[in-house]
Amino acid sequence: MKAYILKKLLALPLILIGVSLLVFVAIRALPGDPARLMAGPEATQEAVDNMTVRLGLDRSLPAQYASFAYGAVRGDLGTSIKSKLPVVAEIAERLPFTIGLAITAYLIAIGIGVPAGMIAAIYRHGWPDQFVMILAIAGASIANFWLALMAMNTFSVQLGWLPLLGASSWKSFILPSITLAVLPTAVIARMTRSSMIEVMSQDYIRTAYAKGVAPSRIYWSHALRNALLPIITIVGLNFGSLIGGAVVTESVFNWPGIGRFLVDAVRYRDYPVIQGVTLVAVTGVVMMNFLAELLIAVLNPKIRFD
Amino acid sequence: MASADTDIAPRRSVLVRGLRWMANHRSIALGGFLIGMIVLAAIFAPLIAPADPYMQDLLATMEAPSLAHPFGTDDNGRDIFARVIFGARISLLEVVLAVGLAVLVGVPLGILSGMSGRYVDQAIMWTMDILFAFPGIVLAILIVSVLGSSLINLLIAIAIFSVPVYARLSRNLTLGLKRMDYVEAAVSLGISRRRIMSHYILRNAIGPIIVQSTLTAGTVILSAASLSFLGLGAQPPLPEWGAMMSDGRNYLGLNIWMSLFPGLAIMITVLGFNILGDGLRDLLDPRK
Repeated sequence: MKAYILKKLLALPLILIGVSLLVFVAIRALPGDPARLMAGPEATQEAVDNMTVRLGLDRSLPAQYASFAYGAVRGDLGTSIKSKLPVVAEIAERLPFTIGLAITAYLIAIGIGVPAGMIAAIYRHGWPDQFVMILAIAGASIANFWLALMAMNTFSVQLGWLPLLGASSWKSFILPSITLAVLPTAVIARMTRSSMIEVMSQDYIRTAYAKGVAPSRIYWSHALRNALLPIITIVGLNFGSLIGGAVVTESVFNWPGIGRFLVDAVRYRDYPVIQGVTLVAVTGVVMMNFLAELLIAVLNPKIRFD
Repeated sequence: MASADTDIAPRRSVLVRGLRWMANHRSIALGGFLIGMIVLAAIFAPLIAPADPYMQDLLATMEAPSLAHPFGTDDNGRDIFARVIFGARISLLEVVLAVGLAVLVGVPLGILSGMSGRYVDQAIMWTMDILFAFPGIVLAILIVSVLGSSLINLLIAIAIFSVPVYARLSRNLTLGLKRMDYVEAAVSLGISRRRIMSHYILRNAIGPIIVQSTLTAGTVILSAASLSFLGLGAQPPLPEWGAMMSDGRNYLGLNIWMSLFPGLAIMITVLGFNILGDGLRDLLDPRK
């Protein structure tokens, strides 16, 4: 296991360096003069020159990357063009909203997806199975912003039960987190089903049945425990798609998280913000994936004893 | 008489066999049916649509569904049904362009990676891992913010984030196929590496690549619609489903039809691709 973890641990900085390189190169690949773009359309030549020096664009590319990477490691992601505030401070202000939304969505997805997948597996080929699987494939085929619009129309506009936009109270969490939870719920339900079906065909489950263990005990403690590994993997490895979903969901609900911040930054061509938010989001995803892999290594004896 | 019977009998049995096959492969039949409908709608859009999708009628704005306008009209008095039908053309074009580009870049890279030595392999896979680390939407936003908001730039962005999927898939397939006797025989016969990659590996990898493309098609439509909805892809007045909902968003409570129908169209299309992809995967899965 040590070799496996070491290999993953060594790969981690390589991936992060690659990610930062890609973000760095992408912004430098902007057509035209980045300094002019960042200084804004009405900037004087002097302002553009100042920006060139401030961004270090008068230096060589490797030197620029080095100072960019050094800054990022120290928590300096530059200054927002729009607000003139440090990008890190802007992100720190919004990150709790995104994390809160993501956690709520994951709790909903696990709370519904795991039992639904278990029921589907237990009644395999029966109507509960078909019902759950139809919902799961439909859930994976819905545009989450469409669902958001429909829910807003019904619960906020027509019925007036829930706030339409923003994050003013706990009620504001309901629609965005349910919208965001739909896709992971579908994925988790499918994963739980196939994982349970595989476990249920194992000899030790048959043995438990033969010994007369109550079916509910077999499902919950014998089977689910062993089916959890692939479920955890899916949750960890799908964190990226959750973040992608959050970008869209936050924009629909005017949610004050980093997803909407990113989309707004594109509209204002606020490149330091685009660069900073992308870097933070991808680093978060890479770390979550790494944790998922680590957990698999710890929990899965096939890897643990390799 | 007798000859007529022999003419009809085999035809009927083909039909019966076809129906029976579809009954046994319900996913493929259902998914294929849904996608078939969308393709027909796209091809015959001018015949199906009751009006020009761009024609404004400012005397008939924001109308609820009626016989004249089955899906109602939008804020500019355009026929929503016509726009949804013409939107099928755009969505299918998105799929063809984005999936096509991702396959054209990803598959050769993957095969090359699988056939090459350690260093080339690692370099390609490292690059793919980096692209893979980005949530698709975030990478697409980064690329579109650099290239500018347009449908074509968006499709390039979607193709880029789909490349690693194909590269990894074809690399894994190559690693498996490379050890097959017929490939080793070809190597020992001195057949060029290029020919082995195209004739021996690629031809046998096509099945799984088609399955993946069917599933990727759904992702492409959802991503393109999401980003167009955010204003980072297709721009008005193009009847792209996501962009149409972006308009509809401003009229929640006044005109739900502007958002409802494009979203349903997205769901049916993506559902069709997902069901078809699942069915094809089961069909080609050697374990079953």
